[in-house]
Amino acid sequence: MTEKIALTLTINGHAHAIAVEARRTLADAIREDCGQTGTHIGCEHGICGACTVIVNGEPVRSCLMFAVQAEGKKIRTVEGLADGDTLHAMQQAFMDHHGLQCGFCTPGFLMLAVGVLEREPDISDGDLLDVLSSNLCRCTGYQNIIKAVRAAAAEMRKRCV
Amino acid sequence: MNAPTKGSRGDALKWVGRAIRRLEDPALVTGQGHFTADLPATHWVRFVRSPNAAGTINSIKTPDGALVITAADLTAVKKITPMLHKFEYKPVGQPVLADGVVRFVGEAVAAVVASSEEEAEDIADLVELDISASAPLVDARDALASGAPQIHTGAPGNVIVKGEVKTAGFDDVWASAAKIIKIDARSHRQNATPMEARAAHAAYDKTNGRVTLTCTTQMPHLMRTAIADLLGMRESDLRVIAPDVGGGFGQKMSLCTEYVLLVWLARKLKSTVAWTEDRRENLIASFHSRDQYVTLEGAFDKDAKLLALRADVVSNVGAYSCFPTTCGVEPLMAMAEMPGPYDVRQYQCLARGVLTNTCTMAAYRGVSRPIITFTLERLMDKAAKAFALDPVDIRRRNLIGTFPYTSATGLIYDEATYKETLEMAVHEIDVPAFRARQKEARAKGRYLGIGFATFSERTGYGSPAFAARGMAITPGWETVHVSVDPSGYVEARIGASPHGQGLRTTLAQIIADELGIPPDLVKVVHGDTDTAPYGWGTFASRSLVISGGATLIAARKVRAKLIKIASHMLEAAENDIVLEDGHAKVAGTDRSITIASMAREIYTQTHRFKGELEPGLSESGTYDPPGTFSNACHVAIVELDPETGFVKVERYLVAEDAGRIINPMIADGQVHGGVAQGIGNALLEEIVYDGDGGILTANLADYMPPTAHEMPHVELHHIETPSTQSITKAKGLGEGGTIGAPAAVLNAINDALTPFNAEIDTIPATPQRIRAALREATTKKSA
Repeated sequence: MTEKIALTLTINGHAHAIAVEARRTLADAIREDCGQTGTHIGCEHGICGACTVIVNGEPVRSCLMFAVQAEGKKIRTVEGLADGDTLHAMQQAFMDHHGLQCGFCTPGFLMLAVGVLEREPDISDGDLLDVLSSNLCRCTGYQNIIKAVRAAAAEMRKRCV
Repeated sequence: MNAPTKGSRGDALKWVGRAIRRLEDPALVTGQGHFTADLPATHWVRFVRSPNAAGTINSIKTPDGALVITAADLTAVKKITPMLHKFEYKPVGQPVLADGVVRFVGEAVAAVVASSEEEAEDIADLVELDISASAPLVDARDALASGAPQIHTGAPGNVIVKGEVKTAGFDDVWASAAKIIKIDARSHRQNATPMEARAAHAAYDKTNGRVTLTCTTQMPHLMRTAIADLLGMRESDLRVIAPDVGGGFGQKMSLCTEYVLLVWLARKLKSTVAWTEDRRENLIASFHSRDQYVTLEGAFDKDAKLLALRADVVSNVGAYSCFPTTCGVEPLMAMAEMPGPYDVRQYQCLARGVLTNTCTMAAYRGVSRPIITFTLERLMDKAAKAFALDPVDIRRRNLIGTFPYTSATGLIYDEATYKETLEMAVHEIDVPAFRARQKEARAKGRYLGIGFATFSERTGYGSPAFAARGMAITPGWETVHVSVDPSGYVEARIGASPHGQGLRTTLAQIIADELGIPPDLVKVVHGDTDTAPYGWGTFASRSLVISGGATLIAARKVRAKLIKIASHMLEAAENDIVLEDGHAKVAGTDRSITIASMAREIYTQTHRFKGELEPGLSESGTYDPPGTFSNACHVAIVELDPETGFVKVERYLVAEDAGRIINPMIADGQVHGGVAQGIGNALLEEIVYDGDGGILTANLADYMPPTAHEMPHVELHHIETPSTQSITKAKGLGEGGTIGAPAAVLNAINDALTPFNAEIDTIPATPQRIRAALREATTKKSA
């Protein structure tokens, strides 16, 4: 299992030419081969969602996808959310509403919420709760995450108009 | 950035009391946090763990050419042997790698070293362990049974610690009781489950022979002390860094064998070695908690006044004793704090820690208090039923109301609001309206229940509290260094080690008020033994009280010196100087000078102070308080489906008092998160062992921490009773949410079960257990 495959991952618009084993997960490749350590790994079972990134517009668990499957796709991670020094509305809302404590699950929640709201800007509160229940946070009790995502959703809708 | 936000309850002129945004957040929301697993390494370690709960190791066969470390390589490394000098404690040693004997599934037996994590895992799969398995002891009651195998030679009967207390006159009062109410409570095993599992990275510096251990810990300095001691190295040759830490909740307080091995390996290989725990390892081999049987009896007089409590606590402490607290942490806290918020003068308790072939037990948010609160609050509800009283009324009759109050175990309770928070909660939840709705729902075949939990939370206790437990290490005090640099910026170096609690922000708020500057000029530095003063880290709801107190002491000294400097430079009397808006001003005039220019002057123009002031602007504060009691009343309203046993928490209310609140937004966040863990504890989370000592819940889908779906909106109400035992007037509140929730939820479930004559006194109250209780009640009825 040591043969390596050369491939290019496009993360936040930057091409990373890497060589990885076929079994390398996208999460490991993003972190270790591409040096983007903002994406965190919480369980490697696809349960906690800490490693959520956006691939071709869809939030995915990067621990459940192989790096080789992501070649040619547009990958977005937490490092690409802000526009220069201007935070994404979701990042700002998490700060404004205390949607994070230790910050370990935060990149996964940000990418999950941004991915879903870009796809469904008018998602109902109930459906949003369903989506947010796919990731785990151990610090916040979710209340302020829900509040932050709802506030960011309103802000994102405003910016789209 | 630091303007007061809506909902601030503070004095508009002060930073303390304002819900300002956290200074920690910009890095964490942009992916710029620094966590241990982010570091690259030359060598990676994979542990080979025991598949057997009990047995002797015959051989460890390793693949040719592989670097595999076993106990045979570690003869010069001491065993981890924490110590208590009281309570018949039996010191037992834990080898860094299992030495001839395995005592739980998941115990590290060998360490494979390779150039990548994948390669180390591949090699680990090829290591063959030949273990002669023996019958394990999984349950504490089995381990106590006569003739049970002895897990450690030094601990006969498998009892490692035993506390006993009985107040004078207990028997007479007990005999005089009108009613004795009894509960047999069971708390199953939990794992604190921080989202970041454990990780460590040890780097050897060839220029000076030092090792830097970066690891996910709540106690960097104590890790340095302990590891240097075990390895027989100079403490100054070890630097420990706790970078951003992804939650701890107590699990990251204790010393892990894995971290010791990493430092040993870095020195052996003169290189960089890393280990990142996977989730399965975390669930089976990191520290567990909460596995207890508690039998509690209450003696009441004819008016339902609690006269005496009698408790028997059996705590399953696992295979070894955790460092530094020892495994006395659960049983002894249960014994000391069982009477909780109630005025009860007579008390008897037997509390035992029992060794078993399970993962070692250690502190987890709240330690024993979620269990003893659940037990005591169930007892109060059972007593209410027996006396035909409302659950609220029996609490009104028994809660402590005069202060300071000395408990039957000798704890001194400072001013608190046990009765007031109860009344506040009763008013806000609107009990009569709920009872009407409950009645209507029952008529339609829907079962609602309400549950109350009132409790005390001992927080911020200093060295004497630990000394009273006979601990060989008393992690009580904290030191803080506050410096103003020559450019006027402020740095506070602290021995506490926050990992999500927002201490960089709250301590900055405290300093900002003292020095008359905005908090974003203050940088709080922590988690590096090379730069932070020796301290004990962050645990036990202590940091804001103890490190906050030390911060205030140091900041007041800096303030006093700034006033002296200003007095010289502005040629005014010290009494006329005020510090505000980053300036020293002469009251009633337009004369002022910036803090930056004063700082520059005291470093670079010292001669101007004529020898009256020492150069520099750096002061130290140390604080070792006696401890202060927070309190709260939690109320849960649940709906229970008798067909499936499913429980939905539909409303959750907390009325709490944690003294002076430094940052209401952060304080509320601590309560929300605590309640979520408490609800997990009450309904969902359980580490399940099979009879062979194997773990059936080795991933997060099986272990089931709550998601956003299971969490109700938590309504918070506050009372602020300034603490007289804490110089910031703040009390700790990190654990309260977790302490109250199991009690409130279980009382609510039992209220919902009333029409069925069924009861449940086990946490977690899973659907299966609720269905079993319903079936048992039906069987009894038909019998």
